[in-house]
Amino acid sequence: MELADIIIKFALVVIIFAISLLIALYSTYAERKVAAFFQDRLGPNRAGPWGILQPFADGGKMFLKEEIIPATASKFLFIAGPSLSIFTACIGSAVIPWGKQLVIAGHTVDLQVTDINVGVLYILGVVSLGVYGVMIGGWASNNKYSLLGAIRAASQNISYEISMGLAIIALLLVTGTLSLRQIAEQQHGFWANGWFTWNFFKQPLGFLLFIVCAFAETNRTPFDLPECETELIGGYHTEYSSMKLGFYLFSEYINMFVSGAVMATLYFGGYNFPFMDMIHSPNLVAILGVVALFAKIFFFIFFFMWVRWTIPRFRYDQLMDLGWKALIPLAIANIVITGIVITFLNR
Amino acid sequence: MEALSNKRKVMESKPLNFLERIYLPAIFQGLAITMRHFWRKPVTIQYPEQQREYSENFRGLHSLKRDENGKERCTACGLCALSCPAEAITMTAAERQKGEEHLYREEKYAAVYEINMLRCIFCGLCEEACPKEAIYLDGPHVTSDYLRKDFIYGKDKLVEAPLNQ
Repeated sequence: MELADIIIKFALVVIIFAISLLIALYSTYAERKVAAFFQDRLGPNRAGPWGILQPFADGGKMFLKEEIIPATASKFLFIAGPSLSIFTACIGSAVIPWGKQLVIAGHTVDLQVTDINVGVLYILGVVSLGVYGVMIGGWASNNKYSLLGAIRAASQNISYEISMGLAIIALLLVTGTLSLRQIAEQQHGFWANGWFTWNFFKQPLGFLLFIVCAFAETNRTPFDLPECETELIGGYHTEYSSMKLGFYLFSEYINMFVSGAVMATLYFGGYNFPFMDMIHSPNLVAILGVVALFAKIFFFIFFFMWVRWTIPRFRYDQLMDLGWKALIPLAIANIVITGIVITFLNR
Repeated sequence: MEALSNKRKVMESKPLNFLERIYLPAIFQGLAITMRHFWRKPVTIQYPEQQREYSENFRGLHSLKRDENGKERCTACGLCALSCPAEAITMTAAERQKGEEHLYREEKYAAVYEINMLRCIFCGLCEEACPKEAIYLDGPHVTSDYLRKDFIYGKDKLVEAPLNQ
């Protein structure tokens, strides 16, 4: 690997890290604005024009708040919880292909940090690591509510990871590869060989299962039982204050961003957009592809918020019923149907 | 029992049918409802800059009126204090001296006129009772304060501003 390549990779990592933090920052603002619009209100509009400086005011407040570690808490784990949470949230974006190759002055720049051939597995692994931050934080707080929130988070994530994995297996039957770059390349354009190229149109049920599980994995309403304010005061982060609380809240928004990116890449063509073959400059296609991917991600983030301000929270037994009695049988049926259809099509 | 109105709707609890059990139609219905609200005009009134208009018959802070020559109308008859159900009004009467004719309309006036805004219920009986049309509840809200004693409003806060100044 040449020095130039290393510098480019390093720059890419820094840019992606900065973008995901910036998007998480503005997701908090967007969440408040979107919530306000859904409730016929105006939302924050005092800090700067239309309130666009609000996230910086909130962030500054978070940093200046008093840092409290309860006397009975396990101090090391108490700090490890939020650190792990934001760490796993940030590393998920490493395998997302953000666009096609850019060619700058003879150098080919991959708009992806690393194209490992088990990208989908890596995503699943990172997602299942994410729950450890919540669990450790909730357990280390030495508080009943925190512990209940942590237990809920753990059992919920385990239940929904199963159907998420099964939904992805059906997708892998279609794609035949675990590399996210290849999955994105297979969905080139919008229409080919008499059918849509995007996986959503080949796996609609799989996508439905995946998005439901994504809601559960990111602890978003209607599956926000680990942190429900009404029953558990705040769940696993009841005892947290200052920037450690900020990290928990922040990692939720980064998770939203990453899962939006994963859903866009797996099911909605990633950086592909309709009529991309009509543009002949490859660099322009690559840049428009990045724009298209981000448009899809922003739609998914908006959808997350839209659902949050529409649907009330599930009761815990309903949540488990849905996960084990509805989603898993559906996912298995989806695998069987996909397998049969693919076998007949390949005849 | 006879129904009071024909609006009564008999509810029966049936087991959910298939479409209701898979939640999705209801969820999309809900999403459509929130999306309709998303485009609706916000109802927010941005308070310090915008203020909601008071209704015509809003009763707010009292003001002690002056007549067309700028003389105080109140003659300290005490009918307002008598009519007040919350006993919020007290006053001390005084006799008008020579040379004060431009200040007070009649020979007797209120030297001290105090309303305790924590007692007042803004019922408007004092303005109904006043024979001299001297008191009206046509002001804004009574603002908040820190000390109880600051809620006892004297003539400095109640009397209308002089005509030409």
